[in-house]
Amino acid sequence: MDTILSKYKSTTTNNVKIWFKAAPISAFSEDGGACVKYKDKQIAVFNFKRRGMWYACQNVCPHKLEMVLSRGMIGDDHGIPKIACPMHKKTFSLENGENLNGDLDAIATYPVKIENDFVYIGFSE
Amino acid sequence: MKTIIIVGNGMVGFKFCEKFITHQTSKNYKLIVFGEEPRPAYDRVHLSEFFQNGDAKALEMAPRSWYEENHIDLITNERVTDIHKSKNIITTVHENNYNYDYLVLATGSAPFVPPIKGVEKDGVFVYRTIEDLEDMLSYADKIKKKKPNAKAAVLGGGLLGLEAGKAVMDMGLEPHVVEFAPKLMPRQLDLRSSKVLQVKLESIGINIHLNKITSQILGNGCITGMEFGEDPQLDVDMLVISAGIRPRDELAKTCDLEMGVRGGIVVNNKMLTSDPNIYAIGEVALYNQMIYGLVAPGYEMADVAVNQILGNTDVLMSPDIDMSTKLKLIGVDVASFGEPFMPPEKGHSILFENKTKSLYKRINVSHDGKTLLGGILVGDASDYNMLHQIYLNDMTLPDNVEDLILGPRGEGGGSPFGSAMDLPDTAQICSCENVSKGQICNAITEDNYENLAEVISCTKASTSCGGCKPMVTDLVNQTLKSLGKDIKDIICEHFNYNRQELYGIIKIKKLTTFDAVLDSCGMGDGCETCKPLIASIFASLYNDTANKEAVIQDSNDKFLANIQRNGTYSVVPRIPGGEITPDKLIVIGEVGKKYNLYTKITGGQRIDLFGAELSDLPAIWKTLIDAGFESGHAYGKSLRTVKSCVGSTWCRFGLDESVSFAITLEDRYKGLRSPHKIKGGVSGCIRECAEARGKDFGVIAVEGGWNLYVGGNGGATPKHAILLAEKIDNKTCITYLDRFLMYYIRTAAPLMRTAAWLDKLDGGIEQLKKVVIDDSLNIAQELEKEMQFLVDAYECEWKQAIESETSRQRFNHFINSDDRDDNLVFIPMREQSIPELWEK
Repeated sequence: MDTILSKYKSTTTNNVKIWFKAAPISAFSEDGGACVKYKDKQIAVFNFKRRGMWYACQNVCPHKLEMVLSRGMIGDDHGIPKIACPMHKKTFSLENGENLNGDLDAIATYPVKIENDFVYIGFSE
Repeated sequence: MKTIIIVGNGMVGFKFCEKFITHQTSKNYKLIVFGEEPRPAYDRVHLSEFFQNGDAKALEMAPRSWYEENHIDLITNERVTDIHKSKNIITTVHENNYNYDYLVLATGSAPFVPPIKGVEKDGVFVYRTIEDLEDMLSYADKIKKKKPNAKAAVLGGGLLGLEAGKAVMDMGLEPHVVEFAPKLMPRQLDLRSSKVLQVKLESIGINIHLNKITSQILGNGCITGMEFGEDPQLDVDMLVISAGIRPRDELAKTCDLEMGVRGGIVVNNKMLTSDPNIYAIGEVALYNQMIYGLVAPGYEMADVAVNQILGNTDVLMSPDIDMSTKLKLIGVDVASFGEPFMPPEKGHSILFENKTKSLYKRINVSHDGKTLLGGILVGDASDYNMLHQIYLNDMTLPDNVEDLILGPRGEGGGSPFGSAMDLPDTAQICSCENVSKGQICNAITEDNYENLAEVISCTKASTSCGGCKPMVTDLVNQTLKSLGKDIKDIICEHFNYNRQELYGIIKIKKLTTFDAVLDSCGMGDGCETCKPLIASIFASLYNDTANKEAVIQDSNDKFLANIQRNGTYSVVPRIPGGEITPDKLIVIGEVGKKYNLYTKITGGQRIDLFGAELSDLPAIWKTLIDAGFESGHAYGKSLRTVKSCVGSTWCRFGLDESVSFAITLEDRYKGLRSPHKIKGGVSGCIRECAEARGKDFGVIAVEGGWNLYVGGNGGATPKHAILLAEKIDNKTCITYLDRFLMYYIRTAAPLMRTAAWLDKLDGGIEQLKKVVIDDSLNIAQELEKEMQFLVDAYECEWKQAIESETSRQRFNHFINSDDRDDNLVFIPMREQSIPELWEK
């Protein structure tokens, strides 16, 4: 079971090797999420319109290891942008992946950039 | 500018800095802090949490940047080795010299390692720092590889020792706690309570060995066992020593400060040592001939030293230190206060013990039964705060003193404790931060703070260990109430309103999008609590379906289906009243077969199809809708079903057509969004085969019409519905139901079923009768009009969803691929399939 989680390692803009072209901006609902397939990974991408930001993280929730985070709801916890898992409402910071309402492992987060109306996600591998 | 050097960056040393910078005059001083550990001060009290998350940062009292922001020089990894008090200079291990005007020694303590033969062997550890824990973890990994069922012992059955026992258990080692005394936690517990705790700990797998004097640690290089004189030896692969503490007073020896016979630096009630420029605080300080190994007295000492240095010389250490403690030890509450053991010449004890529930309570009272002197609680320490306060403030005891631990029995029993408001203003509520009842109440009455969060941030009460939080909450609520202020059950951090207020605002301002509501009366970006709540209000006001603003809908509403254990969904078509034609049954069967769905009859007389993948939902619903089905709203906080018995249509006892009326009602209220789900039932006679009284509304045929019952439910707290009106006709029944449901939707709190709402309604069922039947509030017409609007605005949201290309898009698993989620695994169950089981 650890193998699912071990696929996902937080990446920062500094160690991006590949900017993966995921989909046009128009494909994403405003203030909502979608799941992007990259190789054998599932990445949840959020168009946080209200903050004017894009965020990406692993789609798998570390609680029960289901591929569902992209279907969750975004919001903020005292200013920290977060995603709430649709299964049991575990919430995670979209900035550093930290579990905000429990002591689950942090989720992996990935950088997002927008170029020519396309959404790119940064991977180190 | 004067320089203060603080030696030691532990919890107490940190608290000194934190308290120091809150004073205006602190700007005239330069603070330099030395820590011998590599990290800034961390929370040692919660050290065992490091095992659960491995996150040292989470334990930090404050990040390194905090020291910089407050102009404090923090020098870690540098031990101070000498004090030259005649020159006011200290020297560090790296031979650096620093001048000081004041020196504060907060060097804390070190674990006491008893002189047992063999303690130097590999695999013997102490339990004090994060580095100790890291070393233990890597050693445990090593031995587990060689020996999967390796054992670890903890020497010492005190508070820390038991924590360490849990820690080694979490590392996957078989835990053994070895204690020299005949009981656990000898300072806090009596023999009986120790026994109760022991039974509980053994039941969760911690082995306890009492009365054991360790004579030798066995092994050739690495530990292999422990020898106990004439008792049989214990084979273990690792040992953690937690046998008490010794003050780290070696610096005092370098400069001849006065010390205690058994160690510790002697201080007076100003925290001053025998040198007028040197203070000592925390576990290194010997005050009243005692070393206090608790954080609360350490914090008080830090506060005293801060004030003394800054010239507030009237702030002195209390003459008596309260050693009461409450903690959660491996999930078990343990508390002891005042005098836990009672010599018969001082008073009597009242005991309650129930080993089957791991409960022990003991209070000690004076001979005349008028004064509480102390006590012990194991298993349930929820009354600790009040008992502790009664003890500290010498408060009057109830006539039946035993009520304090047994609760009131017999008739007319109220709380034996009275209220937190009865405490004197001087009562110390938060001992970690030293906050009194008066300070908490004054924050509201004089400084005009308006809620719990504000009071906590201004007084700091409950911010350290959090044990007093319930009492602080109680005081804040009662003080607000006494001023006639509302205690707001606000929705979440984004809205300072309750649901009913927000409902009113949205209605009056005619707001129709989440962002509009947030901009008009909220703050921040919203969250998973307020978004679905506002979506529900939109639905109740405008009958907006969940398609309109999908991103603010609760997880199930967003995809118009119920998410199941593996992230697939279940599909529930509406079958009004439970009546269905064979042709429609065949369609459901065919859909189930085509998509390999697990099929089950629900409690609401319909059929649930489980295991549909997100991307298949639109196609499944297309087939169902083409065959004449509609959404069953099984996923929504909305009307679910109106269950029926077959009634006079077939039944020889039936008094009326219960199926027909159930279908009428289900069709009328389908799609109605509400604070919680709503279920209904219609029975054709009082045999009640539809179980209508277990529903939010139940209609039962009697001679002369229908009886209408409301406010029932099954669930966690089952409740029978209560009679609202008798012998009414179909039309009247619908009118009353319209009014009742709309009144509930307008005024209930989020996720409150009708039963709980009716319970809370002032005046209860009698008041509801007045509103619904007699129209005492003069709102009946309005309620009916609003309901009729919702009924007319109904649309099947699944039909909407499959007809619109954009809303169909949200059902794709991937945004950039048509692939299916390859993570799904199904296993067979009887003749169908279910998701792979979750790991326990």
